[in-house]
Amino acid sequence: MQVSELSQSEVTKALQSSLASLAAIQTADELKQAKGQLVGDAAPLTKLNSLIKSLPNEKKAEAGKMMGQAKAELMQAFEAKEAQLEREARAQRLQAEKVDITAAANYLQKGARHPLSLLMDQISDVFVGMGWEIADGPELENEWFNFDALNFHPDHPARAMQDTFFVAPVENHLLLRTHTSPVQVRSLLERDLPVYVLCPGRVFRTDELDATHTPVFHQVEGLAVDKGLTMADLRGTLEHFARVMFGPEAKIRLRPSYFPFTEPSAELDVWHPGAKGGARWVEWGGCGMVNPNVLLAAGIDPEVYSGFAFGMGIERTLMFRNGVLDMHDMVEADVRFSRQFGQVI
Amino acid sequence: MKVPLSWLGEFVELPKDATPHAVMEDLVRVGLEEESSIGGEITGPVVVGKVLDFVEEPQSNGKTIRWCQVQVGPDAGDVRGIVCGARNFEVGDKVVVTLPGAVLPGGFEIAARKTYGHISDGMIASAKELSLSDDHDGILRLITLGLDPELGTDALDLLGLNESAAEVNVTPDRGYCFSIRGIAREYSHATSRKFTDPAALVSPAEVSGFTLKVGDSAPIHGTPGCSNFLLVGVENIDATSPTPSWMATRLKLAGMRSISIAVDITNYVMLELGQPLHAYDLDKLTGGIEVRRAKKGEKITTLDDKERELHEEDLLITDESGPIGIAGVMGGASTEVSDSTTRILLEAAIFDPISIARSARRHKLPSEASRRFERGVDHKVSAYAAARAAQLLIEHAGGKLSGLGAEFKTDIAPAVISMPAGFPAELVGYEYSEKEVVAALEMIGCNVSSKAGVLEVEAPSWRPDLQHKTDLAEEVARLVGYDKIPATIPVAPPGRGLTRNQQLRRKVLGSLVGAGFVEVLNYPFYSPEQNSWFSQLDAVRLENPIQSESGELRKELLPGLLQAAARNVSRGSTSLALVEEGSVFLAGGKPVTSLPVGNERPSEKVLKELNAAIPAQPRKLAGVVLGDWVPQQPGRSAIQAGYEHAISGLRAALGTIAVEVELAQAEVMGLHPGRGAKVMVSGKEVGIVGEIHPDIADELHLSGRVGAFEVDLSAVFALAPELVTAQEVGVMPAATQDLSLVVDLDVTAAELMQTIRSGAGELLEKISLVDDWRSESLGDKKSLTFSLLFRARDKTLTAAEATAAKDAAVAMAAKQHGAELRA
Repeated sequence: MQVSELSQSEVTKALQSSLASLAAIQTADELKQAKGQLVGDAAPLTKLNSLIKSLPNEKKAEAGKMMGQAKAELMQAFEAKEAQLEREARAQRLQAEKVDITAAANYLQKGARHPLSLLMDQISDVFVGMGWEIADGPELENEWFNFDALNFHPDHPARAMQDTFFVAPVENHLLLRTHTSPVQVRSLLERDLPVYVLCPGRVFRTDELDATHTPVFHQVEGLAVDKGLTMADLRGTLEHFARVMFGPEAKIRLRPSYFPFTEPSAELDVWHPGAKGGARWVEWGGCGMVNPNVLLAAGIDPEVYSGFAFGMGIERTLMFRNGVLDMHDMVEADVRFSRQFGQVI
Repeated sequence: MKVPLSWLGEFVELPKDATPHAVMEDLVRVGLEEESSIGGEITGPVVVGKVLDFVEEPQSNGKTIRWCQVQVGPDAGDVRGIVCGARNFEVGDKVVVTLPGAVLPGGFEIAARKTYGHISDGMIASAKELSLSDDHDGILRLITLGLDPELGTDALDLLGLNESAAEVNVTPDRGYCFSIRGIAREYSHATSRKFTDPAALVSPAEVSGFTLKVGDSAPIHGTPGCSNFLLVGVENIDATSPTPSWMATRLKLAGMRSISIAVDITNYVMLELGQPLHAYDLDKLTGGIEVRRAKKGEKITTLDDKERELHEEDLLITDESGPIGIAGVMGGASTEVSDSTTRILLEAAIFDPISIARSARRHKLPSEASRRFERGVDHKVSAYAAARAAQLLIEHAGGKLSGLGAEFKTDIAPAVISMPAGFPAELVGYEYSEKEVVAALEMIGCNVSSKAGVLEVEAPSWRPDLQHKTDLAEEVARLVGYDKIPATIPVAPPGRGLTRNQQLRRKVLGSLVGAGFVEVLNYPFYSPEQNSWFSQLDAVRLENPIQSESGELRKELLPGLLQAAARNVSRGSTSLALVEEGSVFLAGGKPVTSLPVGNERPSEKVLKELNAAIPAQPRKLAGVVLGDWVPQQPGRSAIQAGYEHAISGLRAALGTIAVEVELAQAEVMGLHPGRGAKVMVSGKEVGIVGEIHPDIADELHLSGRVGAFEVDLSAVFALAPELVTAQEVGVMPAATQDLSLVVDLDVTAAELMQTIRSGAGELLEKISLVDDWRSESLGDKKSLTFSLLFRARDKTLTAAEATAAKDAAVAMAAKQHGAELRA
């Protein structure tokens, strides 16, 4: 068949008819089914297009251009429709996938550090921040490190006061350390001067477990030995420590006391601004200037070096700092107690 | 030390309205610790009354009460009707009546109230209700105390019930504060109020004529057991004389029982002056007195009527009959003062603190006397104490000095300490003037002389604790006040932060916590049975455990963790993942039976020996999992916890510190025989993992399977990389292939994987087990399927190259395990 001309109006009509069909389509399925009718072999424009080859040669270029524009317009509309329908379908699918997210299954249980270890870690960090180092030593000690080297001579009344767990047979002089102070001795024996160490750890005394006692408990002990250290340095260090632990309002108070390994010695009270029932003084620990006999036992000349030491109970600190009322909570390993803390204290 | 305020007030001025609490507040500043307030708990009208008449009225509850008419004042019309439950009194008895408005100990308020059909206008009190004794058998009849006061007399005054006492804790260096004298002195230091030395109020008596021998064949540390020994005779006493009520009240407030006039007086003087005294019935002594060490096999029956075997180190008081007292600890029964005693010999002695401490400990006889001797008694106060006791015996038991007695005395030179006047300032960090320093030392009784800025300080006889210039610095600091000490912060040299092991420990625990584990801290005290669950190593045994059945120290953490798990389960927490990190104790070490003495650094050899004597205490990490790892939830069934979660937890924890865990399947003690493995790191065994043996789980009533691990953390840390050196990450395309091998049932996946790895060589980047298939068609074999990922570092791998590597792996598996490719 010979066609003389492809008129613009015919092309526009074919295009309009396809665009109208496209507009009427509602779903992706319909679009898929209608694809042949709209843009495929059966599409009106495709049919018109097949006429081009029958045109006289001089008309072919113009007709081709006209057709190309029309086809491009249709394709664009088709693709837009396709994209729109896909969006709508996805939106519907997402709507259908709605869950009760508050009922989501849980695959990880809540873990926690023990608050006593957390507190020891936190205290360690305070002192590491001041350039101190953290030292540790054995829990089962030789009696010499626990007593003799700390100026408790074998008949010292204070030595009898310590309710010590001895290892059988007693002739071997082994015991469970009654305080973290043997780590002081070890630090002085093993480290180069000056020494600034903090010794957190577990200690033992033969007390029955009750609301305020436990035979196994924790202490943290600080020791600084340097040239020219004074009790004022002790006070300043403790004051800084107290403020980090109990807030900027905290302060400390020293009361004269006695420990064999310090002279002068003091009991340490802390003004606890956040105490239950209002700010008040709380007994916190003991401290003092290292007794010259302790320095001598480590081979340090007390005429050249001086030092200070302090120690406090971790259980006691946790009790008044974090409102723990009963020692049982800290020793019974009840997960409900520890989980309250997670990894913070 | 319990300090009755009225007594204290005899030797130091007290404010009129002094309360125990206020007195203690002052004492705390100079180094005594506040313990408690005693007495002064009864207030309001408490008077002497007389029972005029009573009617017994049986009650429906089976009790019979007495409806009493009691006259409570001098006026015959002052009669009250009072209901009384007790029936131990007669008409005419004088009694103590607490009237409405009175408050008894425990905050018990007395009011007129209706009871048993009467208005009871007060209460007739028992000795217990008045805190006089524990006697609650009936009401207190004043006649039993030898009292016949006017009606209406204030009974609080009469019975010393308005007396109160402050209880302070005395540190071991302040022996002299175990006396009213010492506390009065300290109160004076704290408040600058005037102190009167009670010792200065009496004069020592002249005595002679009694045979006394003091010797010591075996002094401890070269110190003779007895340095002073004074005997003073008092005759013509009436040992049945009642103890004056003021004295009984003070003794009671001070925590001592009233026994008899002679004993009460020795106790009273001990409390007042700090010098323990002993009273012998002179007529029960045989010959003279000798002070000496005990002989082997000697025995004594002490005042508490117990026969005690003596030790050759015990210092004794003896007469010709043998031992009559353990010096400074307890007297003997044979020479005890009794009601028929008329002649008394008072002993005031000074004994070596160490000797007394050892005897008191050896015989488990800590007494008021030994407590004072152990801490050191003022050697100059003995004669005054004996004189004061004699004075009181004369006053209250009708005796007189007999002039009989003896005295042994050693001159004890006072300690003289040289101290640069600037030393306290140097040590304390507060600028004390020389004047302040001297004033403080003189205040506590030192003699001070100054020469060119150096003080020569002679300590008073009651301060044997003052030995060194630091002791003096403390005195200056406490008397000027610790509150004067300024605050400075010393600058430590640059620190290295936490040690590697300290950091690793935190990371390991942190990762387990992230995986849902809860850290616990268990006691290390185990029964031998618990200690036998996981190993046969020797345990360390305690000499004095709190509970004899838990007398060993733990060798493993798992038994304690399992016990903690059981406790949680019993409290309703049934799904658990617990972890513990801590020391265990392994018997061993070469015992050292003698310790270095003296204040000097032991030699390196001795230090090494001391350390070698200490049993090994590796730090361990252990975990247990039980119950649901994931609980049942909507649309999901529960996932039971078990060995897999123990393994995963362990891998995660050690992975955190760049340690790769390998498992070597094995029968492990304490674990399920088919579900246990040794934990290997770099080819070294570091622990165990698997499922707890059901025998052990049953023992603890843990139902269901329990997964567990325990590793030696010290060993793991030693194997962890000091420094992680980065490996290049391959970026060329990878080829994946699956491989199914049929092997014998006892070939483990880990072994096979290891073989595949070495067979496939470098190109194999990753291998994972994806299936373990068993079927009858395979017989006693299983088919393990692995997913292999191959990658070359420098080029895209061809399928042929990957297959060649796989084939090499198959060949090696065939050779080593008889593995066959699954058809």
